[in-house]
Order: sequence, then structure tokens, then C-alpha cells
Amino acid sequence: MPSHTSRRGLLFGAAALSTGALITGCTSNESKDDDSDDKSQQVADDRPGKKVTIGFAGPQADHGWLNAINDNAKKRAEKYADVTLEATEGSNDTAAQIGQVETLINKKVDVLVVLPADGKALTQVGLKAMRAGIPVVNLDRVFASPQAYRCWIGGDNYGMGLSAGHYIGEKLKDKKNARVVELAGLDNLELTKQRSKGFDDALKNYPNIKKVARQAADFTVESGQSKMSQLLQAQKNFDALWNHDDDQGVGALRAIKQAGRDDFLMVGGAGALSAMQAIEADNSVLKATVLYPPTMAASAIDLARALGQGKGINGMAEFEIPSFVTCYSAVVDKENVGQYMSTGFK
Amino acid sequence: MTQPAPAAEAATHKSTPADGGSPWRTAFARADVRTLSLLGVLAALIVIGGITQPDSFLDSDNVQLILTQASVIGVVTVGMTFVIISGGIDLSVGAIVALASVWATTVATQEYGFAGILFTAVIVGMGCGLVNGLLIAYGAIVPFIATLAMLAAGRGLALQITDGKTQMVTVDGVLKLGERDSYILGIPPLVLVFAAVTVAGWLILNRTTFGRRSVAVGGNAEAARLAGIDVRRQRLYLYLLSGLCCGIAAFLLIILSGSGQNTNGNLYELDAIAAVIIGGTLLSGGRGTITGSVLGVLIFTTIQNIFALNNLETATQQIAKGAIIVAAVLVQRRSATTT
Repeated sequence: MPSHTSRRGLLFGAAALSTGALITGCTSNESKDDDSDDKSQQVADDRPGKKVTIGFAGPQADHGWLNAINDNAKKRAEKYADVTLEATEGSNDTAAQIGQVETLINKKVDVLVVLPADGKALTQVGLKAMRAGIPVVNLDRVFASPQAYRCWIGGDNYGMGLSAGHYIGEKLKDKKNARVVELAGLDNLELTKQRSKGFDDALKNYPNIKKVARQAADFTVESGQSKMSQLLQAQKNFDALWNHDDDQGVGALRAIKQAGRDDFLMVGGAGALSAMQAIEADNSVLKATVLYPPTMAASAIDLARALGQGKGINGMAEFEIPSFVTCYSAVVDKENVGQYMSTGFK
Repeated sequence: MTQPAPAAEAATHKSTPADGGSPWRTAFARADVRTLSLLGVLAALIVIGGITQPDSFLDSDNVQLILTQASVIGVVTVGMTFVIISGGIDLSVGAIVALASVWATTVATQEYGFAGILFTAVIVGMGCGLVNGLLIAYGAIVPFIATLAMLAAGRGLALQITDGKTQMVTVDGVLKLGERDSYILGIPPLVLVFAAVTVAGWLILNRTTFGRRSVAVGGNAEAARLAGIDVRRQRLYLYLLSGLCCGIAAFLLIILSGSGQNTNGNLYELDAIAAVIIGGTLLSGGRGTITGSVLGVLIFTTIQNIFALNNLETATQQIAKGAIIVAAVLVQRRSATTT
């Protein structure tokens, strides 16, 4: 299991980095070295410890990434002999999910991991769990009140846009009047706006680049194919395309092939296996993808286990797990695709 | 029967078996004006597209694109037209397309190649249509409820089969059909299938007993029964026909997107119903045309194309689409009643 340990280390490393500000804020000037022996006994590791029952209320897996979330959570829970996972049937329906979380509360699980269909709508039931003494790990879609969760771990949509924008910017920085096109995700979702905002902000660093068109698709292969074929028709020449989601990217790539175009570079989003394979093969316009790592679900299980056992996490000085962990939106291209291939989801 | 196409079509719609000679002329005139007004809307859209994006809208690539994108939903709409003419509704079309497409792209199916995929898509589509038909015709469940149930169950089954994953097509012959090399005289094969289904639908509706019975059942089911039509069997066949169209559409979608996904055919039920209604078919049944429905689909697809070419935002697109639906129906009703 060496690959497992290193990925785990990587994730916790990322957790440590992104909460850097928090640490410097909290630790003041006390000497850490003095406590370190004491602390090392508190850190969660792979050795079996106190038995923990984790309740997991995940999304309905009707999309590659959401499916990967459920898979990651279940696989990571199986890894620990001391963890029992009580997983509910995934749901996109707010009322149904509230019912599921309440059932888990009634079952008196030790810790809850919830990826809400709608963070705001699930806030009340999060509060209820916390009041009942069950700490909640809020996964990705954030609850409206910080009182409703003990810890939040999720992705960075704005950061995805930034990473994509910077990657494209660096590739095109020497090109005069470069033109960029954006195939966004579902416009009804706030996260889509955040991704676009990050992208636009990054492009501001490159005055030679202009975004000439943006169309939103629905995160599906069908919509990706349909919107992309029209974008290609509208924009007879451009230098780079950022597509928010690798699932709709399957359709977008199909449209690009059907139109016989190869005069630009494409950057995807999320980190699907098919995208990573295409990047590795380097035989299409797709040159990179920006991660929105579904491994965050595995990390959420780690955090929940540490919470249940009353331990901190490796690589951090704190006795407790952090309250806020934002995953980094790394860019995967041909150079580093081998490292990330194992996290690609189908 | 030597009239030009729309006229002949219009005539037969109105003339239920009980219908004789005299209302024939007015019916012809009415429906013809209806078709003309739809053509007018389409022409206006083409003018708008041509003015706003003269370089990209009118070139042949874009015409191919519009027709290709109309093909999948277009085939579904032909089936939906029959169902609505008979006074029914099929809310399950999108779910059937999804189910047929994921079943046809499962790994096992792909081992049997092109024929395996096509056969599975069509069989799954017809199977769902058969269930709908049996529930409605012999189970006496109203179409709205029966097909709503099929919508839920079909989507669920599609999700279960794929486990939320996108199923990539690996059969070369299928993928090739969606690419430029396979265009026949500049026409994408998908568009040819759409055209064939349209012509077949038109012939069945206007030139066969089956077509006349469909209209009769929609006009007045009791009268049709008294006239000796086996109404239940007719209904069964109609939903079977709609399922068949969904199966064909699923196959086209597989060619177009190179994959099967449980989200395929999302909201097709609403798009198809909207196109049928814009096309002048009565939601209460008894009257309708295939030409109108197909024009409805083309109007929708052209609107979307113009939106994308002009880089309109999603919100603006949705508002404009709503306005255009209302405008199209108003124009059509006005021209139909004033004649």
C-alpha cells in the first residue's frame, strides 16, 4: 500500500498548507517542540484505535465526480478496522436527505460526514446533529452556519478558475491578441460563477489575452457536445479553451473532433480518468485538467475518524483537527499526469 | 390525392373517418396557413441569424450543425406527435432515451458491434413503450401518471446500470457515423435518419388506417370505439411507436456524443411537447401535423444556435426562449383563426 500512504500524506500536507494561516494565527509564540512528544500520541494514524461509527450522507451519484465521492468515502472507511460506515442512499432531494441525516442522528453514530445536495437547506439538520453531540464533517457544499459543522473540507471553485486561467495565461503569454473561449458548467449553480470569476481574475494578469466567448453547458456529455459544436461554429479561431467539467468535456472533445479542429489548446476541469488518459496520450487538444479532487471524501473519513478518536492529524501541531480545509486545485498536465492518474474517476 | 404535401397532410388530419367532404376545404386552408406561419417564424429567425452573424450563421457547416442537433429531439418529437394527437401524453421520452442509450452502450452490448448497439437501443425503447402502452390501454392508468412512473423508473434504472459513470463507445463504425467522412452528399447520416423518420411519420399519419385511427381516438375515443376501432389496442401501438422513436433517438445520440450517460435526454419530454404544441397539434388530441412538429423542433434548434453564435448568457437565452414560444403560438393561433 505504498501509494496509499503517500496520497494520504499528500492530502494531509495540502490540508496543512491551506490552513497555514489558521495555524500561524493560533499557535502564538509557544514552543511547539516542548509539546511534541505529548502530541505524537494524539495523532491519528493507521493503527487500529477506538471504534468509531461514521454516518455518511452523500449525494446521488448521477455524475462521475459525485460517484467518485461516494467511492472514495466507502473505500477509505473499509481501510480502517476500527471504522464502521453507516452510509445512506445518496440523494439529490433536500427533504429526503434531511430525513436520512436525522435517521443517522437517531442511530447515534459517533461522527457524521455530510455532502449536502444543498448546503443552505441542510444547515438546520447539521445544527441538530451538533446539538445532539455528534460532530459533523461538512463535505464540499458548505452549510450556511459555522455552528452546523465541526470541520469543513471541500474544493476550491474560484481556485479552479484561477489555476486554469494562469495555466492558459502562461502558455499564451507570448502571443499577441490571444483569444480564449470558456465552456462553463451549469449556470444555475453558484460554483459555476465562482469558477468563471477565478478564470477572469487570472486572465487579468495577461493583457494580451481576451476572452471572446462563454457558453454554459449542463455538466452532461450531451450538453457538452451540443454547446461546444456551436461555440466552434461561432469562433472560427481562438487559442485556448477552458472547459469547467471533464464529463461534459467528453462531449466537447467529441464536438471538436467532429468539427475537425485542432488549432487551440484545451484545459479541462475536475480530473476524470478519461481526461487524464487523453492528456497522457497527448493526441487531442486536451493538454491539461484542473483538479477538484474527489479524494476529499476519503480525507473527510480520515478527519471524521480522528474526530471520533479525539486525535489530531499528522503533520500539524494542533491537538485537534482543523476546522476548515480547502483542497488545492492543482493543474494536471503531461508532466505530472502519472502522479495523479490513480485519482482519476470514471 | 394530388395536392402538395402540407395540404394533403392537413386535409387528412381534420378528416376523421366520420368527416366527409365539405369541411375539407376550410380544414386544408387552416392547416396550410398554420404551416405557413411556422415557416414564417423560421424564416424570421434565419433573417435574424443572418443579420447578427452573417459569417457563421449561413454557412453550410452551420446548417449541417442545426439539422444534426435537431435530429435526436426531432425523432422523439415525431413519436410524441402521434401520442398527443391520440389525446395522450408521454412524459417518459427523455428517460427512455437515457435508458436505451446506456443499455446500448454497456460493455457487453458493445462486443456485438454496431448491430448490437442499434438492436439494443431499439428493443429497450420499444420495451418501455410497450410497458407504457399496456399500463395505459389495459391497466386503465391515465397516460400522465403511467408515463410519469416510467420517467422515474427509467431514470433510476439508467442510473443503476451506469452507476453514474459515462459509458464510452468503443465501436468504430458507430463513432464514424458522427464524423465528417460519413456525410452523404454533404448530409450527415443523422439528418438522413431524421428525414426518413419524418417522412415515415407523415405517411403513417396521413396515408394509413393506423393514422386515421390515431386521430379518431384523440378526437373522440367513445365515438371511435362505437365506429369499431379497438381503442385499447390502438393506444398500445401508439406508445409502442413513441418508444420505438425514443430507441432510434437514443442510437442517434450515441453516434453524436460517442457515449451513453444516464443524464441523456434530459428534459426531452418538455422540449418535445413544446415543439408539438408550437407545431399546431391540440394538446387535447384529435388534430395535429408531423410537419408542424418538425418545424417546431427546427425553430427551437435554430433559436439555440443563434443564441450560441451571439454569445448570449444563459439567463437571457431562457427568457428569450420563453418569449419566442409564446410569440410563435400567438402568431399561429391568430393566422389560423383569421382565415
